[in-house]
Amino acid sequence: MIISLQHLHFHYRKAQPVLENVNLSLAPGRIYGLLGRNGAGKSSLLYQLCGLLFPTSGECKVMGYEPAKRLPAFLQQVYLLPESFHLPDMNITQYLRLFAPFYPSFDHDAFKRHLVAFEIPREQSLQALSHGEQKKVLISFALATRAKVLLMDEPTNGLDIPSKRQFRKVIAGCLEPDQCMIISTHQVKDLDSLIDEVLILEGHGILLQESVSRITEKLSFRQVMSLEESEAPIYSEGALKGYVVVAVNRQAEHSRLDMEMFFNAVMVEKEKILSLFQQ
Amino acid sequence: MEFNNTQAIYLQIADYVCDQVQLQHWPPEGKVPSVRELAVNLEVNPNTIMRSYEYLQQQGIIYTRRGLGYYVSEDALRKVIALRKEQFLQEELPQFFRKMFLLGVELDELKARFEKFKTRQAKA
Repeated sequence: MIISLQHLHFHYRKAQPVLENVNLSLAPGRIYGLLGRNGAGKSSLLYQLCGLLFPTSGECKVMGYEPAKRLPAFLQQVYLLPESFHLPDMNITQYLRLFAPFYPSFDHDAFKRHLVAFEIPREQSLQALSHGEQKKVLISFALATRAKVLLMDEPTNGLDIPSKRQFRKVIAGCLEPDQCMIISTHQVKDLDSLIDEVLILEGHGILLQESVSRITEKLSFRQVMSLEESEAPIYSEGALKGYVVVAVNRQAEHSRLDMEMFFNAVMVEKEKILSLFQQ
Repeated sequence: MEFNNTQAIYLQIADYVCDQVQLQHWPPEGKVPSVRELAVNLEVNPNTIMRSYEYLQQQGIIYTRRGLGYYVSEDALRKVIALRKEQFLQEELPQFFRKMFLLGVELDELKARFEKFKTRQAKA
C-alpha cells in the first residue's frame, strides 16, 4: 500500500471535527476518485497526504513516510494540484527553472508534450494566461513531476470543453504502475472513464471505498420506461424517457457505472447500499 | 469513440476491438495497439483497457507474445462471429421476440421479409 491512514483525526477547532477516525489503504497503479459534498473534508484529506495539514491524532503513512515531517525525500515524490492557486509573474521557462529541480524525476519532454496537447504557448508570461490556461500549465507540470503520489483537487474546474478531453487523454497516457493518483471532483461526468476506485467522504470519514468493477457487480444502472420494469430498484431519478435506476444486480449484468447516480444513491439510501457491499 | 451509458466500458472496448477484427482493420497475427496507446485514444484508464484485453484473451480473440504485447489470433474472425452470434441469440433475440409477441407478429410473416432482405443483401 502506498498510502495508509489509521484512525486519523483532524480538526481546526475542537468542537468541529473535519476528519474523524479515517482509515484508508490505497494501492499504486490506480486512479482513485474522491467524491463528497461541499465541506465534507476532501481537500483537508488531500492536504494530510502531502504534509500541508497535520493529523490531530492517528497515523498517516505515505510511501512509508510521515507527511507531517516533510522530509525532502518525501516531498520530491508527492505533488498536489490545488483547486485555487496563484502563479508568480514569470514565463513558463523561468517557472520550470525555479520549480522543476525540486522533482528529481521531472520529465521535461513530457512537460513539453502536455503543453502542446493543451495548446499553451511557451513564451507567454504566466500572468497573461487565463485561469483555465494557468490550470493547464499546472496540470502539465504536475504530471511531468512523475510524483509517485499525485493529488488533484478539482482538476477539471475551469477547463473548457475540448481541454477536458485532452485532460483525459493526458492522464490515461501517464499513469505508471508505481504511481497513485487521487482526483477529487464534483464533475464526475468529466472523469468517470478514468477512475478505478471510488472513495466517498461523508460524515467526517470514508463512507465507502469500492472499485468500479465491484460496484457494477453489486449494482446495475439502467434506464427504464416504468419503475415496474426494474427488479429491486434501490434508487431512481425521473428522466426524459422514463427513469434512471440503480438496482441490485441480480442477473449478473455488466452495466456501466453512472457515478453521479451512484453518489446520489449512496447519499439517499446509505444503509441499503452499504449493506450490499458488506456481504 | 462515444461510449453508451448502458454497457460496462470494458465490454464496449472489447466490442470495438471485435469490430476492428471483423472489419479486418486489424488482420490475423497483426499487432493490437498497446494498452497505453488505446487508453489515450479512447480516453479511459489503462486498467480498463487491460480488463478488456484479458476478456478478449479468454475468448481467444487476442493473445500475448511475451514482452511484445498483444496480437490478433489466427482464427480471431471466426471466434468474433461465434461470440457475437451467441450474444445475439442470448441477449438481442429475446427482446426481439418480446416485441413480436406484444405486437402479435407471427414467424411466417417474417419469413418472406427475411428472404427478401437476404436477396437485397446479396445484390448489394
